[in-house]
Amino acid sequence: MPRKTYRQAINEALDSEMARDENVIVMGEDVAGGAGGSGEDDAYGGVLGVTKGLVGKYGRTRVIDTPITESAIMGAAAGAASTGLRPVAELMFVDFVGVCFDQIFNQAAKFRYMFGGKARTPLVIRSMIGAGMSAAAQHSQALHPIFTHIPGLKVVMPSNAYDAKGLLIQAIRDDDPVIFLEHKALYDTQAEVPDEPYTIPFGEAEFVTEGDDVTVVAFSAMVPRAKAVADELDKDGIEVELIDPRTTSPLDEEAILESVERTGRLVIVDESSPRCGMAADIAALVASKGFAHLKAPVAMVTPPHTPVPFAPNLEAAYLPSTDRIAAAVRATLGEAVPAE
Amino acid sequence: MQLDRPTLIEAYRRMRLIRDFEDNVQAQFEQGRIPGFVHLYAGQEASAVGVCLHLSDEDYIGSTHRGHGHCIAKGCDVTGMMKEIFGREGGLCRGKGGSMHIADLDKGMLGANAIVGGNPPLVVGAALTLKTKGLPHVAVSFTGDGGSNQGTTFEAMNLAVVLGLPAIFVFENNGYGEGTGVDYAVGADSIAGRAAGFGMPATTVDGRDFFAVFEAAREAIERARTGGGPSAIEVTCMRQHGHFIGDAQAYRSKEELERVRADDPLRLFRERVTSEGRLEPADLDAVDRECAEAIAAAIDAAEAAPVPAEDELLTDVYVSY
Repeated sequence: MPRKTYRQAINEALDSEMARDENVIVMGEDVAGGAGGSGEDDAYGGVLGVTKGLVGKYGRTRVIDTPITESAIMGAAAGAASTGLRPVAELMFVDFVGVCFDQIFNQAAKFRYMFGGKARTPLVIRSMIGAGMSAAAQHSQALHPIFTHIPGLKVVMPSNAYDAKGLLIQAIRDDDPVIFLEHKALYDTQAEVPDEPYTIPFGEAEFVTEGDDVTVVAFSAMVPRAKAVADELDKDGIEVELIDPRTTSPLDEEAILESVERTGRLVIVDESSPRCGMAADIAALVASKGFAHLKAPVAMVTPPHTPVPFAPNLEAAYLPSTDRIAAAVRATLGEAVPAE
Repeated sequence: MQLDRPTLIEAYRRMRLIRDFEDNVQAQFEQGRIPGFVHLYAGQEASAVGVCLHLSDEDYIGSTHRGHGHCIAKGCDVTGMMKEIFGREGGLCRGKGGSMHIADLDKGMLGANAIVGGNPPLVVGAALTLKTKGLPHVAVSFTGDGGSNQGTTFEAMNLAVVLGLPAIFVFENNGYGEGTGVDYAVGADSIAGRAAGFGMPATTVDGRDFFAVFEAAREAIERARTGGGPSAIEVTCMRQHGHFIGDAQAYRSKEELERVRADDPLRLFRERVTSEGRLEPADLDAVDRECAEAIAAAIDAAEAAPVPAEDELLTDVYVSY
């Protein structure tokens, strides 16, 4: 099977869905790039090149460069979704959601319920999360818990290229608003990705590794990081069951609870802020529905409750490190952990 | 443009239906039969009807939290609306939306919207669908003077111009955003002038005069249908009631409230069409009777309708919930 990057996988998903269904459009800031300028017509393909080449195939009526106007992009995509198109709108960096909360939370997410079940809003909002590029506090956040908090939104966070393609095709074919969160540190990672279209259902976690000693739940870019830890600990005879939920809404609660029932131990690794974050949510889930199976306190490995810093060494210290993840696993097993 | 007799009667019928609906909703609310907040449209009828009379079910509108008038003008069923406002089964949104969120997508009514400035971007999206699919329809955003100050509205107007969309921005300037006057809150000479600054044709019309609104809307809608892009209409009108039912309106003078009653658009319409001999008073009286009966029947039906079953709480969050 051909190996492709996460970036290519997402581009292929958009390409195949646009070819399959003429109602699929792509819109956002510089998704083609070059509109109204004097140079190349397809200069950008989005700020990190994810939509590169689509405008050449589908034209400017279906690959729409917008002004920098996030409220209008999100609102127009929601309105277009309500009236017969299937827009994939790009919110360049997820941090920019601050200026368009209303159109996502109060409008798109609410239509179906508020209008008595008669509305369909087949909208995909693609956005970019995460630290690791020294982009600092306004371009590095992992805001998935905020979207997960809102009923009516589905929230997807692929951790690898294979999942990115299958989950994005699923998202585009879904009749609900879907927030599709790409991690900027994953775009150049590779995996085996089939050329043909395929889908991955929402709400089905992937068991990245299987093991009976400790359950580790990780999200997005923390999955490969936790996988590296699991592989390392395996050499010491510690069997980690690493679970990638892939979607936070819906969440595969069953997979997590079933695994904890077997292992009795849980470590959650997530890049969002600790207060009201994903780790707290998963910990609460297991505390309320799987407490009897726990043999040790739940461990949460997250950033500190601080904005994302700029300086590379500070940013590295901000993110959950493999050392911290490994220490949390060992602590859950009752092993002495060297002081940091 | 000279309107024929059936069109004149239909215009009056829709305006009268709105007025009766609102007067009766007020009475029902004051008797404690309607939950939540209700914002009445009475006094602004010529705006909704003057615009929507040009539209079919294939055209879209987006509305405000003062949305009953737009719903009725766009052809929504008044019984379904009344049940919705009462919070009953059979309401247009099955009792989950209420007064501020009535929608009827089959009628091209994309929803009242309880967020001031919420609908303009959505209407731009509907217009984007129409343009992308090559359909000869239009999408109209009804926004108030308050909504004209919101950033979403500015972004929507700019995007509509940039993409050349068949969108029309109707600004119903009723003088107040809640209780704060336009002269204080709108930092521009006119809202139409503000819209023109985004690069679209914009005009101001007297919203007491159905014929003025009808003619301005005709021009804007025709322009949009034939690929001429967006435009804006500022309709100056008068809100007969307070911001919400129960608002004592201490911020309005006695003289102003007297003028509101004197400038009633329904009365002005009646006087004009009868004095010009285009309709007989008896024609209009018949419409009055028909509308009064329709609204009375809607209230009876709403009172008789059951409340939603409790398991409705969990339905329709997602398509496949």
